[in-house]
Amino acid sequence: MSIRERLSGNEAVSVAMRQINPDVFPAFPITPSTEIPQYFSSYVANGLVDTVFIPVESEHSSMSAAIGAEASGARSMTATSSCGLAYMWEELYVAASDRLPVALALVNRALSGPININCDHSDVMGARDAGWIQVFAENNQEAYDNFVQAYRIAEHPSVRLPIMICQDGFITSHAVENIELLEDEKVKAFVGEYDPEHYLLKKDEPMAIGPYGTPAFYMEAKRAQLEGLKNAKQVTLDVAKEFAEISGRSYGLFEEYQTADADYIMVVIGAAAGTAKDAADQLREKGIKAGVLKIRLFRPFPAEEIVAAIKHAKVIACMDRTESYNGNAGPLGAEIKAALFDAGETVKVLNYVYGLGGRDVTVDSLTSVFEDMQKVAQSGVVGETYRYLSVRE
Amino acid sequence: MSKAVEIRWHGRGGQGAKTASLLLADVTFNTGKYIQGFPEYGPERMGAPITAYNRISDTPIRVHSNIYEPDYVVVVDETLLEAVDVTKGLKKEGAIVVNTARAKEEILPLLKGYEGGVYTIDARKVSMAALGKYFPNSPMLAAIVKVSGIMPEETFLKEMEASFKHKFASKPEVVAGNMKALTMALEEVK
Amino acid sequence: MATDIRKMNENVSWKDLTEGCNIYGSGTSKLFNTGEWRVDCPEFIQEKCKQCLLCIPVCPDSSIPVVDGKRVDFDFDHCKGCGICAKVCPFGAIKMKGAVE
Repeated sequence: MSIRERLSGNEAVSVAMRQINPDVFPAFPITPSTEIPQYFSSYVANGLVDTVFIPVESEHSSMSAAIGAEASGARSMTATSSCGLAYMWEELYVAASDRLPVALALVNRALSGPININCDHSDVMGARDAGWIQVFAENNQEAYDNFVQAYRIAEHPSVRLPIMICQDGFITSHAVENIELLEDEKVKAFVGEYDPEHYLLKKDEPMAIGPYGTPAFYMEAKRAQLEGLKNAKQVTLDVAKEFAEISGRSYGLFEEYQTADADYIMVVIGAAAGTAKDAADQLREKGIKAGVLKIRLFRPFPAEEIVAAIKHAKVIACMDRTESYNGNAGPLGAEIKAALFDAGETVKVLNYVYGLGGRDVTVDSLTSVFEDMQKVAQSGVVGETYRYLSVRE
Repeated sequence: MSKAVEIRWHGRGGQGAKTASLLLADVTFNTGKYIQGFPEYGPERMGAPITAYNRISDTPIRVHSNIYEPDYVVVVDETLLEAVDVTKGLKKEGAIVVNTARAKEEILPLLKGYEGGVYTIDARKVSMAALGKYFPNSPMLAAIVKVSGIMPEETFLKEMEASFKHKFASKPEVVAGNMKALTMALEEVK
Repeated sequence: MATDIRKMNENVSWKDLTEGCNIYGSGTSKLFNTGEWRVDCPEFIQEKCKQCLLCIPVCPDSSIPVVDGKRVDFDFDHCKGCGICAKVCPFGAIKMKGAVE
C-alpha cells in the first residue's frame, strides 16, 4: 500500500533522499532548492539517516565534495539551482568523465540577468553537454519517483554516470500537491546498497582516479564516456519497468499524451506539460486533434523513439523554456529538428521560447500555440519558426 | 477536464496568507480531495502584497499556472483593497471574503462593481478574543471554508483539531485558542 | 582487475580503456620507463659518498635505491637526469656527465 500524502516538490525529493539514506550529502543553499538540504539536515539531526552532511562554502565545493566522496566509494548526492549549478560547472564535467554516479536534485531556475529567482530551464540546458543523465518531472510525484530511480540508472555497471533529477522551481518545488509515497523499506530494497567494483578506499586495491588524458587518449576517453550515456537509455527503461512493479506507476523515455492520432503535437518539458494536456483536452472537445509529448529523459536524447512518436503530425511545436541565443532554435527545438531531419521527415516544426524567468504558462497561452500550429497547417505557410510566447511586443 | 474550485489569496508578506493557503490545502486533502496550494514567489518581503492560490478538485489536477478567474478571493489585509485589484477575474457566481471591522456597505465601493457574493469578517476581533494575539490566518481559513462550502463545518473543525494537535504537540494549550478562533470565525463571517 | 598499463598505448581502442581512464592497482608508474627521457646523466662516485642520504628525498623520480640503509647506484630505468641530487650532494659524490648511456 502506498502512502497518500500532500507535499511540495522539494519535500517530496527530500523524502526520497531520506529513504535512500546516502553516505554523503554536501550542500550549499540556493533558492528555490534551499529547502532540500534544509529538510535533509533535519533528518540528519533527528537521526533518521546516518549520512555525513557537509555544509560547504559554495556549490563548486559541494560538487567537489560529492565527487571526492563518490570516488572514495560513498553514495553521494546534493541539490542546487540556477547560479549554483553554473558555479558547479567544471566539476560537473569531472563527475561525468570520472564516471562517478553522483545524484543531483536540480530545481530549475533562471540564470541571471536580470536577476530572477523563478523557473526556467536555462540552468539545466546550459549543462546539457556536461555528460550527465538528465531526467525531468512534471510534478512532485514524478520528481519523487525519478529520484527513487536515479541511482539504479546512474550506478548501473553499463552506465556509471552522474544524474540530474530536475523539477521546475517554485511551480512544483513550492506547490503542495497530492502525492503517493512508497514505504521506506520498499524504496531501500529497490535502490539497494551501493557496491562499486572499484573505489579509492578499497583496501586491497589502490587506484588512481582522474588521470591526465593526452591527445592520444582524450578522444577515446570521451567516446567511451558516450557509450555509458547511450546505455543509460535502455537502463532507464529497465529500471522504470521494475519501478512500476513496486509503485504501479509507469515511466518511459517520454510520455505520449493523445499523440497517436494527433495532427498537432506539442513537445514540452516540465510542469507546463500538465497545463498542455489540459489545453489539448479542451481542443479535443472541439474536434481538434491535439497531443502532447512530454520529455522525461533529455540526456541521452531519445531521438529515434521521439521521431517515431511524432512524425505523423501535420505540425509540431517544440517548447523551450530557455533562450539559446543562436537566433535559430532552442535546445529542444534543435534536437527535435535534427532528429526529424536525420530520419528524412519533413513535418513542419515551430519552436517557441516560453516561460522565461517564471513567466506564467497558462492553458490559454498553450492553446494559442496549438492555434498557431493549425494556422500553419491550413495555410501551408510556416513563417518565422523561432517564436516567443507570451512576450509583450 | 477536472473542474477545480479555485481560490486566490491576497495578503501582505508576513501575515500568513501563504500559510493559510497551505492549511486549506492540508485540510481539504484530509477530506480526500486533490489539492494544490502555492504562493506566487518573488522578491517580496514583510508588508509587500503577496498572492497565494488553491485548487481543490475531485479529480487529479494537472494545470500548473496561476489562477486568473478564481471562484473565490480571500483578502487577508483590507488595506490591499485600494492597492490591488482584488476582484480581477473573480467569477460573479463566486464570492470575496474580506478581513475588516467595517460594514459590508463600506467595502462595496472598493470592489469595482463586483456583482458576486461579498462577505466580511473581523479577523482581528476574533483572533484577539480567542488567542490574545493577531493571527488573521486561522479566522480567514474558517471564513473561506464557510463561504465556499467546500466541506461541512463539522468536518473542517474535526480535521483542524487533529491538525493543531499534531502541529502543537509540544504546547497543547494553543490548540483550544486556535479552535476557538475557528468556531468564532464560522459564526462571525457575514 | 589491475590495469595493465603496458597495454595502454596509442593503438588502443576506446573500447579497451578503463572507465574514466582510471588506473586500478598501485605502482604502475614503474612500468613507465622515464629513463628514456634522460639528456644528462648522473654518475655515482662511491668512494666519495659518506652515505648521508641527502640525495634520496630530493630525487623526483625515486630513482636512488637504498639497500640495507645504504644508497646504491642509480635506477637508470627511471632517472630523468635532472641533476638535483648532484646539486645537493655535499661531498661531490655525484657528477653530471652529459648525455651518455
